[in-house]
Amino acid sequence: MKEQTREADLLRFITCGSVDDGKSTLIGRLLYDTKTIFEDQLQNIERTSQMRGEEYVNLALLTDGLRAEREQGITIDVAYRYFATPKRKFIMADTPGHIQYTRNMVTGASTANLAVVLVDARKGVIEQTCRHTFITSLLKIDHIILCVNKMDLVDYSQEVYEKIKTDFQNFISRLDIADVRYVPVSALQGDNIVNKSANMPWYEGSTLLYMLENVHLGSDLNHVDARFPVQYVLRPQSTEYHDFRGYAGRVEGGVFKPGDEVLVLPSGFSSTVKSIETFDGPVAEAFAPMSVVITLNDEIDISRGDMLVKPNNQPEISQDLEVMVCWMSEKPLVKGKKYIVRHTTKEAKCLVKDIRYKMNINTLHKIEDDLNIGLNDIGRITLRTTLPLFYDDYRKNTGTGSLILVDEFTNETVAAAIIL
Amino acid sequence: MYSYKLSYLKQLEAESIFLIREAVAQFENPVLLFSGGKDSIVMAHLARKAFWPSKLPFPMLHVDTGHNFPETIEFRDYLVNKIGARLIVRTVQESIDKGLAQEEKGPNPSRNGLQTITLLSAIEEFKFDAAFGGARRDEEKARAKERFFSHRDEFGQWDPKNQRPELWHLYNGRKNVGEHFRVFPLSNWTELDIWQYIASENLEIPSIYFSHQREIVNRQGVLLAKSEYISLLKNEQYEEQTVRFRTVGDMTCTGAVFSPANTIEDIIAEVAAARVTERAARADDQRSEAAMEDRKKQGYF
Repeated sequence: MKEQTREADLLRFITCGSVDDGKSTLIGRLLYDTKTIFEDQLQNIERTSQMRGEEYVNLALLTDGLRAEREQGITIDVAYRYFATPKRKFIMADTPGHIQYTRNMVTGASTANLAVVLVDARKGVIEQTCRHTFITSLLKIDHIILCVNKMDLVDYSQEVYEKIKTDFQNFISRLDIADVRYVPVSALQGDNIVNKSANMPWYEGSTLLYMLENVHLGSDLNHVDARFPVQYVLRPQSTEYHDFRGYAGRVEGGVFKPGDEVLVLPSGFSSTVKSIETFDGPVAEAFAPMSVVITLNDEIDISRGDMLVKPNNQPEISQDLEVMVCWMSEKPLVKGKKYIVRHTTKEAKCLVKDIRYKMNINTLHKIEDDLNIGLNDIGRITLRTTLPLFYDDYRKNTGTGSLILVDEFTNETVAAAIIL
Repeated sequence: MYSYKLSYLKQLEAESIFLIREAVAQFENPVLLFSGGKDSIVMAHLARKAFWPSKLPFPMLHVDTGHNFPETIEFRDYLVNKIGARLIVRTVQESIDKGLAQEEKGPNPSRNGLQTITLLSAIEEFKFDAAFGGARRDEEKARAKERFFSHRDEFGQWDPKNQRPELWHLYNGRKNVGEHFRVFPLSNWTELDIWQYIASENLEIPSIYFSHQREIVNRQGVLLAKSEYISLLKNEQYEEQTVRFRTVGDMTCTGAVFSPANTIEDIIAEVAAARVTERAARADDQRSEAAMEDRKKQGYF
């Protein structure tokens, strides 16, 4: 199944769920049934399983790559896996289920188009399912597949499956997720992962792999609102390109074409696009997520952190931001403290002005009497930045609507933030 | 409705170019680690694309074990000259001579592990604060955990338990004096992607990737090329075989594969159908279960 066309598209997805819900087995099964596991890898884990006196080949050893993970038998950090079918290529972020590693789940989810959420059929929808689903919706992942796993341990009961499906539907009715699908599986036995299960004739839907291959990805990038954060200024000063002044960057939204009128933020000067250059020659248009070089018809002072937009479609510009943060540091958030903010290609300092509330992400309630935001907490805060940021609502554009906070003394990335 | 879609390879290319530019914008003194192998050839090509029409804004560094395939070194010099880059070479032999490193004993002593020492002293000598590497996450289970921007402490060590989260496309390259970063723009590429990209961009590669006749010795399943750095054990002998190499490293630990693949298209077909990983032929990875993780912790790239 590894042959593929070079025009195949790409799905980035995340797998999440609680500890011991069989996530590693599911991933192992997906890789095994798509023939992505190599013989030497399989021999390796067979040998290790045997040496450890385990009864069966432990597929989790495929994904738990660090010594500490193997010692403890749990996944600590995100691992990225790659596989392909003739239809599509996949980048899978395998994220830990443990509550204390929620920040790693956020890391994997921040670049995903889809989330596979696993539940154990015997336990049904639990806190951790809700926690992961909430983060998925917060990060605007448009597609969720709920995999009800270990169906073999509940006699492939349709009743059990329908009950879990109903519970989950009740939970997500309070969230904003466009596309949710359900599939009953047994990762251990291989039911409905790649091959349709004969054990569940009552299930008329498709297999997990079929869903992954066919989910429509058209709308995930913004091709409407033109945004070009300048990453690097190119001045070759060679004989051949003596007067060349190009702005390198990645299109974060919309479409840029030669002749387009553009506005430069923050200076407010305007000009027109002279050309869109690449190593392979000029192109007629650039759209997200292309990395290109834009040249303009006027000489304007532009540097890294500036942004090219269209005059009739501008982002928000402000030094006061309302954001939802996911806290990633052992040291709690401190109101009144200064942090470094990184947003698109811009870096500035900011001050935490106010903590509005903390989320109880199991009940989705706002906690207003305990404003201590610590590791893995999610809360709403306000920031005042030293320089104006040019941004969009995260729901409109994840590229211009997200930022990170960095501790200026330890250089640690302490928070992921979504601009509201 | 227009369809604004990039093919998979173009998406990977755009992501890598963004990462290379980001590192150059954030660091003072980056360097590109260059071995002459397929991944570093793709890295060099992407780096040229990232800064065109300017020249590469950083030098290339080859950490030479002295046990390289002559074809690779020849290709290295050819490519560097062709693209007008600046090449720095630092050798493991110098590290041994200075008493910083010690040659391994045994039937096939490898200098692969010693590269770490030479690499770290070169980083210190030139005060590099970021080193681009062509490592891919699909290579090895410890690499699967690697970040794009990978922080190293003042001893060059990687701490897999304390990696900075990487969110969206926001990369945090802040560091203290003496620390540095390894930057891996090819993280999301697979071996097959590399070959398909080499084909689609029409890139030149060293001849040892193509099928040829060579004298080899089969040592515990690893087909090692005849060279002055290996001594035969009892009952071993060289035999001539039709082989090629899937990875290019030190002659003492890089194994060949039996293969008739003569063209890039043949190689792509072969890689697509392969039932073993490319690193299965690397003796250095087979020394222990966590060989790569352990080397990386010490500062290996």
